Formats: sequence, structure tokens, C-alpha cells
Amino acid sequence: MSAGLIVFLILAVIAIAAAAAMLLSSNTVYSALFLIMNFIAIAVIYLTLGAPFVALAQITVYAGAIMVLFLFVIMMLGAEKFSEKEPLTWQRPVAILLGLGLIGEGVYALLTRVGTQMLSNTATEAMADPKALGVLLYTKYSLPFEITSILLLVAAVGAVVLTRGGKKEEKQ
Amino acid sequence: MNAALIWEWIIKSVIVLLVMTAGFAYVTWYERKVLARMQARIGPNRAGWAGLLQPIADAVKLIFKEELVPDKADKVIFILAPVITVIPALIITAVVPWGPTVHLFGRDIALSVANINLGALYILTVTSISVYGITLAGWSSNNKYATLGGLRATAQMISYELALGMAMLGPILLAGSMSLTDIVNAQQHLWYIVLQPVGALIYMVATIAEINRAPFDMPEAEQELTAGYHVEYSGMKFALFFMAEYIKMIAISMIGASLFLGGFQGPFLSTFPWLGPIYLFIKVVVLLFGLIWIRATFPRIRYDRLMSFGWKILFPLSVVNLMVTAVVVRLVGG
Repeated sequence: MSAGLIVFLILAVIAIAAAAAMLLSSNTVYSALFLIMNFIAIAVIYLTLGAPFVALAQITVYAGAIMVLFLFVIMMLGAEKFSEKEPLTWQRPVAILLGLGLIGEGVYALLTRVGTQMLSNTATEAMADPKALGVLLYTKYSLPFEITSILLLVAAVGAVVLTRGGKKEEKQ
Repeated sequence: MNAALIWEWIIKSVIVLLVMTAGFAYVTWYERKVLARMQARIGPNRAGWAGLLQPIADAVKLIFKEELVPDKADKVIFILAPVITVIPALIITAVVPWGPTVHLFGRDIALSVANINLGALYILTVTSISVYGITLAGWSSNNKYATLGGLRATAQMISYELALGMAMLGPILLAGSMSLTDIVNAQQHLWYIVLQPVGALIYMVATIAEINRAPFDMPEAEQELTAGYHVEYSGMKFALFFMAEYIKMIAISMIGASLFLGGFQGPFLSTFPWLGPIYLFIKVVVLLFGLIWIRATFPRIRYDRLMSFGWKILFPLSVVNLMVTAVVVRLVGG
């Protein structure tokens, strides 16, 4: 077994264990922390694959910005504990159905792809060099890039509209 | 990769960690001395000559203090939080070069731990995760003052991170590289503070807010929050929070010196490469003096003003600064 494979296996076990612990934890703050652990383990996997930019962006955006806000909201609302009752009863059967569908899809993909050529497990030159990555983002992938930015802008505007809408109710 | 190279990295990492922790001890002494002089006092002068042994006396006192853990606290996170706070502070300067390549023991040794091509992004990454320790400390203490302090810290650090990132992009654009070694080398003839005065100003303001120093020390406002997020901590765990704050002071001074003041650059550097760390040390001491001076001069600003200043003045200013820099770099062909 090569050193790279051992490192990958350790990271994979950490990532999966953290993801499982996130789902099973009864305290939402711990769930958030396990999710951060999962993000960081995956970022290190990106590093071992030779994509440092993606790894650092993963930590900055997910662990550094999004999860901080999650923790902020959990702490602000005091929502550490789940409520005893399931608030949305129709959710569970739908979730089970969708989960089974996903597993079936995974098994099908695994069975049909056996023997076909493996995907390359090392990143191309563009992933290591921030300049090449930027050029790719603004030329070849500029349309998805712009669509993503519009999506984020819509979300930001939506947040502003939602907070402004509260003003009328306060006056009553 | 041979054994000598691994040893070189280990030794350089250990040196950085030791310098940062020893630096923490003496920055506390430096701050107390400077603050005392500004307030017409003498400051620590009992332990050792000019109070130079004061940090050691403080450390001994803190080690022997009783460690208290509140009964209703979340014990695991309460103990982990100081550690999570210190680690980003210790690792953030890994990408800052302290000198050019020197010849030692028959080997060419670059005076930096990691000269990676994403140095500036690494700094932003570490900054973005350094908020967790404070947030978790505030939450796990199960104390309303601590929780409020933690929440304030989170909101403040997220808000000022954007302006900080934008300010750091100025030197990156001018040097055409995210590696801090390249940025320092590009400042051989002209410091970037001349080309980026607005960027340097935004960097200073945003970093003071990032490390929760006066006048932006709302998370630990004594009068309204008793002490903020570390109110329940005692002994060495309390000392770790202070260690993180003072190491971050050194770190932002080092990074600021590298981005805007030419880092290790100075006269006669090509003939005497060992002058590099000395030049960097002098610049860091000057910047630290500035940080202490600001603390001694400005009163703490109100929290809503702090947030609106960050979002409505600092962030737009940094965006305009970035756009102007980008256009000029493109036109001049930098």
C-alpha cells in the first residue's frame, strides 16, 4: 500500500465518521462542528490531489463563512436541542424514498461502470495554479460562473426583502 | 525529498513557533510599558531589569492558578475552545518570509517556512477559521455575557474579513502573485504603502477589528460584558486567549509589513542576507507600537457604529480601491 493511499484512507474514514456523527448528534452545535471537520478532511483530500486552491477555497467558504453563520444562528436562537416531536410528518417517508433512490442509483452506476477506465485521480495543472484557474473560470466556464453569481445576488436581495418586510408588522 | 530537507522544515517550524510564543510574552511587556508611558506611569519595573522578567512571573502565576470549569458549561467545547483559538494564530505566519536565501552549513536555505503560490489565500483561510475558538468559548461557558461576547465577535469578524480580503488584493494585483515572497521581492525599490495608501489603511483598520483590539474590542468590553467571551476562563486557559490575541498582533504586523512595508527588504540586503530578519523585526516593532498607540488613544466605538462602519464605509471603499488598482495595473501593464 502506498503512502498516498494510506493518507487517503485515513482522511476518508475521518470524513465519513464526521458526516455520520453530524447526522446522529443530538446537539446542533456538535452537528455543525462535525460538519466543519468533514469539510476540512475533504479539503485535505483536495490538497493531496494537487489542488491547493480548491482546498483553501473549500475551507474559506464552507468552514470559514457558511458554517460560522450556521453556528451564529444556532447560538442566537438557542436552538441547540432538537424538539421532541417531528414538526413535518410528511418529510420522513419522502426522505426514505429519495434515499433509497439515491442508493439504487449509486449501486447501478457502480455495477455498470466496473471495468471501464478510471477517472484521473490527480488534478490537472490548472488546479494548482491560481492564474490558470482564473483564466478558465472567466473564459471556458464564464456562463456557469455568471449564473452562480446571479443566484447568490438573488439570495442576497431576498434576504434584504425578507428583513424589510418585517417593518410593517412591527408598526401594528 | 531527503532527510536533510525534512529536518530543515522541522527546525524552521519550531523556530517560528518559539519566536511567536516568546514574542507573545514580550509583546505583553512592551504593551504595558508603552501604555504606562503614554499614561504618565512607569509600568512593570519590579521583576528583573526594567520589568523584563515580568512576563515570566505572569506565566508562573497563571500556571499555578486554579482552573475553574462552570458546572453547567459544555465541558468538551469549553476545554477545546482556547486550543482552537491559539492554533490559527500560531500557524498563520507560516507563509510570511523573514529573509532572502542564506548560505548555511553548505546548503542554501530560504528564510521562510512555506513559500507557497497561494500565500495570501492561506492567510485569509486561516483568518476565516480563527473566529471559531472565540464563538465556541462564548457559547460553551453557558453565561449570557460570554455568549453575547461570542456573538459580537462572530458578527464583527465576518464583517471585517471582506474588507481585509479586498485590501490584500491590492498588493497581490501589483505583484501579480499571491506568494508573499514574490510580493516582498516586488517591493525592492518601492514599498506598496506608497502605491496603496488606502489599501494599507483599510488593512490596518480591518485587522484591528479582526483581532478584537481597541477601539474595536466590543467582544470583550469590560464595562458592559464584564469581560466578554473569556469571562468564565481562568488560569492557563485564560492565558491561551491572551496568547492568541498577542500572537495575532505580531502576525498582522508581520503580514502588514510584508504586504505594504517591503517585508524584509532594506539597504545592503544583497551583501548581508542576514539583515532580512532584522529589518522585518524593526518593522514589526514599529507596527506593534502603532497598534498600542491606537489602543491608548481611541475610545471604544459603539457596536452598531462598528457594524455600519464596516459595511457602509470600509467595504465599499475597499471595493473602489480594488477596482482602481485593477484598472491602473491593466493600463500601466504592471
